[in-house]
Amino acid sequence: MAKPTEYVKHIESYVDSSSSPSQQAASVDALAILLRNDLLTLEALVRELDLYLTTTDSIIRSRGILLLGELLTQLELKPLSDAAIHSLIGFLTERLEDWRALRGALVGCLALLRRKTDVGVVTENDAEAVMKSYMQYLQVQSMGQHDRKLCFELLECLLERYPNAVQPLGNELFYSICEGIDEEKDPQCLILAFHIVEVAAKLFPDPSGPFASYAADIFEILGRYFPIHFTHPKSEDIGVSRDELSRALLLAFAATPLFEPFAIPLLLDKLSSSLPSAKVESFKYLGYCAPMYGSDRMAKHGGALWSSVKDVLYTSPESALSVESESDGGMIFEESDIMVEALILLEGLMQQNSDLLLDMILGDEDINNFICSFLKPWDIHDTPLQLRQQLHSVGRLLAVSAKSSMASCNRVFEKFFPQMMEALGCSVGNHSDESFATEDRALSSRFNYEAVSGNAQSSFAYTGVKGLQLLATFPRSFAPVSLLLFENILLKLVSAITSNFDKKFSWGLELKALVEIGLYIEGYQESEKAATFARIVVDKFVSWISSDEPAMPLSLKMQAICETGMTGISNMLRIVQGMEKAISAKFTQAYVDGNFESVELVIKVLECYSARVLPWFEMNGGSEEVAWNLAAIIWDKIDNSSSVNLTVQNYELLGAAMTAMKQAVRRCSQESQEKIVNRAFRVLSASTLFPLKDSPFATSLSNSEDSYLNHHVDRVSCRDEWIISLYASVVIALRPQTHVQNLKMVLQLFIMALTKGHIPSAQALGSLVNKLPSKTNERHLSQEYGVEEAIDVILTSSIWNFCQSNTLRKCSLFGGGNEIHNTKCLAGLNHTSVHISAIVGLAWIGKGLIMRGHEGIKDITMTFLGVLLENTNNGDFPESCDPIEGKEQEVIPLMKSAADAFHILLSDSEDCLNRNYHSVIRPLYKQRFYNSVMPLLLSSTRQSNSIITRSMLFRSFAHVISETPLSAMISEANKLIPLLLDSLSTLTEDVMHKDVIYNVILVLSAILMDKNGQVAVLENAQAIINQLIGLAAYPHMMVIRETAIQCLGAMSELPYARIYPSRTKVLQAISKALDDPKRAVRQEAVRCRQAWASIASRSLHF
Amino acid sequence: MTLGLINANPVVHAKKKRVARPLDDPHADDAVDPLEIYDIVRDIRDPEHPYSLEQLSVLSEESITVDEKLGRILITFTPTIQHCSMATVIGLCLREKLKDCFPAHFKVDIKVAPGSHADEEAVNKQLNDKERVAAALENPNLRQLVTECLYSSEL
Repeated sequence: MAKPTEYVKHIESYVDSSSSPSQQAASVDALAILLRNDLLTLEALVRELDLYLTTTDSIIRSRGILLLGELLTQLELKPLSDAAIHSLIGFLTERLEDWRALRGALVGCLALLRRKTDVGVVTENDAEAVMKSYMQYLQVQSMGQHDRKLCFELLECLLERYPNAVQPLGNELFYSICEGIDEEKDPQCLILAFHIVEVAAKLFPDPSGPFASYAADIFEILGRYFPIHFTHPKSEDIGVSRDELSRALLLAFAATPLFEPFAIPLLLDKLSSSLPSAKVESFKYLGYCAPMYGSDRMAKHGGALWSSVKDVLYTSPESALSVESESDGGMIFEESDIMVEALILLEGLMQQNSDLLLDMILGDEDINNFICSFLKPWDIHDTPLQLRQQLHSVGRLLAVSAKSSMASCNRVFEKFFPQMMEALGCSVGNHSDESFATEDRALSSRFNYEAVSGNAQSSFAYTGVKGLQLLATFPRSFAPVSLLLFENILLKLVSAITSNFDKKFSWGLELKALVEIGLYIEGYQESEKAATFARIVVDKFVSWISSDEPAMPLSLKMQAICETGMTGISNMLRIVQGMEKAISAKFTQAYVDGNFESVELVIKVLECYSARVLPWFEMNGGSEEVAWNLAAIIWDKIDNSSSVNLTVQNYELLGAAMTAMKQAVRRCSQESQEKIVNRAFRVLSASTLFPLKDSPFATSLSNSEDSYLNHHVDRVSCRDEWIISLYASVVIALRPQTHVQNLKMVLQLFIMALTKGHIPSAQALGSLVNKLPSKTNERHLSQEYGVEEAIDVILTSSIWNFCQSNTLRKCSLFGGGNEIHNTKCLAGLNHTSVHISAIVGLAWIGKGLIMRGHEGIKDITMTFLGVLLENTNNGDFPESCDPIEGKEQEVIPLMKSAADAFHILLSDSEDCLNRNYHSVIRPLYKQRFYNSVMPLLLSSTRQSNSIITRSMLFRSFAHVISETPLSAMISEANKLIPLLLDSLSTLTEDVMHKDVIYNVILVLSAILMDKNGQVAVLENAQAIINQLIGLAAYPHMMVIRETAIQCLGAMSELPYARIYPSRTKVLQAISKALDDPKRAVRQEAVRCRQAWASIASRSLHF
Repeated sequence: MTLGLINANPVVHAKKKRVARPLDDPHADDAVDPLEIYDIVRDIRDPEHPYSLEQLSVLSEESITVDEKLGRILITFTPTIQHCSMATVIGLCLREKLKDCFPAHFKVDIKVAPGSHADEEAVNKQLNDKERVAAALENPNLRQLVTECLYSSEL
């Protein structure tokens, strides 16, 4: 036996409300161990507790009783004498009256009532006393959540374990249940409440008993919860999920047929909601309750139920075309949850009372008419989606009806099957045997009904497809199909494609069917069929390429051709042959005469090559022969023609040819590339561009000044432009290992072309300097040039001379007398466009260098900076100092192009110098350049005092930061942000910078969003906000305003103290933005205003 | 016991799909239109239930008219039941929300749909009386209710 001192301290520690919860729990455990091991008797404990249980201090009393309750809970498995249980339950029942100390009494009662029979249980009389006391004293809804839950648990326990004790209480019991669960909102309590109703209803099944009189009241309370709507975002937080609640309510609904007069109308009413979840729930509940309520009770709702099911299935079916259904003629649907539940309900109802429902279904006018309307021939492609959905639904409806019993199946079949089969027989004679066979078999065994109903549905669905899709699926089934039939199928499909091109949907389906057939043949290696397919389909399509027949749009033709080609390598090769032929035949016509149709055809074929055929061969491991042939054909054609007629289409053609050329060359091996480049050089050297004069630039630049202003076309014949463009395309796509002959000549040619604004030449130069080997020992023996030499040749040419002469190496050494001459002539007013072309060209060359990380980029950067700084600061350009306006007119475009050169340097280009074109790319080259150029730009900005220079420097700065990865800059965000803001305020002064501003503000927003930028943002918060407020009203570009306001919204997340001073200012600015002419800006403004308003209070007043 | 709800179990409707407007059309006519207003007010929570006004069919796009030149907005809403005492609160919410989201020069008229409320005239008068609206919003209880409806996260 334990000494009193031992356990008294535990009791005191528990009762003492100042001890911590863990201490209290420990004391309970300690006492429970003593009791369980019989070191302490329950009697002795109660005697010791005496004062705590009866004191007038309600806090201590409640602790005392709770201790008793908790101990009883822990001792659930310890045998106790009946007398002890009787006295304990008596005491606790009494205490239910004491609302101040209620919890202990509830816990204790619950513990005692839940005891198992072998350890001593509460007698029924005592249980009845508990129930009475419960009804008399407990006002469940006025308690807290935990107490309510205990009350419900107590009630649930009484109803479940002591049905005989509560049965005599009848009406009072239900009154108390109603009162208790009315207005309950807590999910955990609700689950209990629903269960209580379920148990109680089952306890009193008598239709004239006490439950019957309360059914209406109880259902009124329950009905409000339907459909269960859950507002808690996470069900883990409350331990109850929506589904559990819904399930509990469902069981309560279905607990007794007495609910039927109330439940069914409510559920039918809720079906009228347009909320899908409400509909799903309603159908689910109806489907579950119907069998519970019994067929007699449900019979009177039959009409309403059928009409609601029909409404969902037939009138407005919500099924989606399933993904794979397109190949089957667009007739496989995925039913929505609503439809699934409705079908389940229908199935249940059919089993319950099939005659009644079948009468309604078979007698339904709409359904009958609908089916009849489909018995005549129709075309599925002309059928709107909704009709097809309905067709599907009716099929399902009949299938479910037929499934329920032998008799109903017979009725359905008697009514519809003969008609359907008749219709089938007309349209697809070959196919219907199979279905008929299944019909015979089906009638014999119930199992097959399902199959037949399924079949009937699908055959029915296909009735109108007029055989095409059906036949298309034939070869895929394992049924043997004769070659003749196969031929017929293909012919039919081809003729359909030929004539049907104006019906987009069906055309696509037919093409798809053909492609599927092609893939099937390829997959199963059926050589005979493959030959037939190639003969009938592929050859037919190929013949379309260059003929005017059929009269379908060229793009559709090409689509059909490419897609059939992609079914297999042999088909693709056939198609490529056809396309090569077409190019050979039409290219000259297109290129020389500018014949409109030929141009269009060749453009399409070339596009098809670059976008589909060449990538396909790469993916499927085809040979490079296709690419090589294409390049060869184009060069042959160019070589053989002598003059070109220049039209607008011709430029398009040139573009398409260049893309195709690049795509073809980049896929060739090194040897093939060398062959192509040599072939190209032969054409090039035979052109009028050669022989290059000794000093080509001097002559070409000084011949006549006007020529540059007119157009380069005058100087270079159109054919030459073609040749040099295509040659540039070849060079762009070369692999680094490929050797280029006569490099010096090529370089000079490109330099000449780029001064005339020929961008591809500049890109080709960039690619060359990017890929040439850097050291002599790496070099191929025959390679005459390394990158250093190439750069020397490029940079020493005299075209750059207008730039500050000392920035480019060896400038003064090379060129000699020419230089002076050129500087003068280039300095003239008319040569701005030449200078701009030169700068753009230099930028591309720089891009090639920067990507491989070559030192030469420094000189080029300095050149650009030189152009930016020199022209205004020194005032010596142009030499003949004109009035300010004239000077600006000329200088600004030049400076702008120098600033934009930074964009070319750093941005990624689709056309050249990327991985596809085998560029040499040094890792992190952008970061390196950023780090080296930033200090230069900054010091220049600080030094310059001309507005134009500053704005142009900031433009360069903007290009650099918007192309550099954020991670490289974010560590210096602190220094960067003031500069960003400076650049924004400078750039906003001129409209021409608007695109650049947008890029800068994107960088700013990226910094705002980045965690690592937060500190810097905080330090500059005020300045940033002021700048953003200005930009929120930027008049020239909507996205700038929008982004500025978004950034402002993001700023509102910063610590309160930092941003509060700006709040008024921001709100004022934003309220102006609410009136913005653009909707996107207004919407952003509303969000931003809300964010800023709520940092202080919800009020928007300021 | 809490007070009984006025409409204990209203019929709930599905939220309509948001119509995505074509993006990046610089020449689009971006004038304020009913849909824009509807997009702003559709998510206001009902004062009684955790549903939006849209879900309870209190509002629809058709019930909003706007004249940008004259700067007028007219919203007609339909209370769920005839005797809904929440009609005025809903009106108040609409007015507050529009005040937050549109520039001050718009004149907003808010009415209940003809025949949808027992006290139609009185409600209309109350909702369009500036002083009464201002006074109502000074009432802390009402203000709190309106704020809850406007910024509720329950939906």
